[in-house]
Amino acid sequence: MQEEEGVRGGAEAAGLPSDPGAELLARLRQGDEDAFRALVEEHGPFLMRLVMMHVPSRSIAEEVVGDTWLAVLNGLDRFEGRSSLRTWIASIALNKARTRGKREGRIVPFALLRRRYEEGGGPALDAERFQGRRGERPGWWASPPVAWADPEDQLEAAETRDVMLHAIRDLPPRQREVIALRDISGWDADEVCNALDLSETNQRVLLHRARSKVRAALEDHLKAETEETTT
Amino acid sequence: MNRRQKRMLTCQEMVELVTDYLEGRLDDAAQARFEAHVAECDACTLYIEQMRQTIVALGRIPPETVSREAEEALLAAFRSWRAGAA
Repeated sequence: MQEEEGVRGGAEAAGLPSDPGAELLARLRQGDEDAFRALVEEHGPFLMRLVMMHVPSRSIAEEVVGDTWLAVLNGLDRFEGRSSLRTWIASIALNKARTRGKREGRIVPFALLRRRYEEGGGPALDAERFQGRRGERPGWWASPPVAWADPEDQLEAAETRDVMLHAIRDLPPRQREVIALRDISGWDADEVCNALDLSETNQRVLLHRARSKVRAALEDHLKAETEETTT
Repeated sequence: MNRRQKRMLTCQEMVELVTDYLEGRLDDAAQARFEAHVAECDACTLYIEQMRQTIVALGRIPPETVSREAEEALLAAFRSWRAGAA
């Protein structure tokens, strides 16, 4: 009856850094530099990744991350520990990154269209990939996926990583944030819902759109690779 | 009308259910229909596998680095924050 867990119970079990406890927080509030260093070391790289999704350059990202840390320090006394520390830090960073990204002109102008996409409208794949009503089996594959050659090697290649990161940058902001936190940073669904203030269903819809598009980008890229090596 | 509900899911529908499936969010009936389709459709089996490969590949993207200069600037900012806060 208490089987609510379904989602993937174990971010902690998977060896991800757990949130520093009350002790670290107390040390920070007292101005302990080592505690601050430890915090920056633990969360800095992931904040950079998150912020870089929104702003056009690394130097701007570093600025935004720097501003985030200052806001964290200044807000320490207000932090009540209702969410985890990293959830709180992430929401500060995202607010700053969104504002800065808008100013730098990264945001797609068609707000309405974007909102529709954000709400998960539109299919995961082009309708053309499936047979139409007059097909032999309507709704079944017309052009099915093709197995990727050497996925282990290919998916590890730096070039393929760039393809994924580009695909993510092209997503609407909410999808971008959800996939970055869930799949790149390995957060669980609950924590992402908290940081982004999303319902569980909404989070899942955004994740679905985002993953579908990254898979499609990989498909295009790896198909081209395969054709190149066979011709 | 009820008979229609038992029809086989189409591939197009499968593709939209993959995330719910991977997240363990399909109810028993939907899960059974999902799996019935998979059992019969190699292309969808491959599609789901590629979604899994995508997730794994995303998880292996190495963390960003923070430059030395940015780190120094940050520590300087910390010290002046501490001086102000103390």
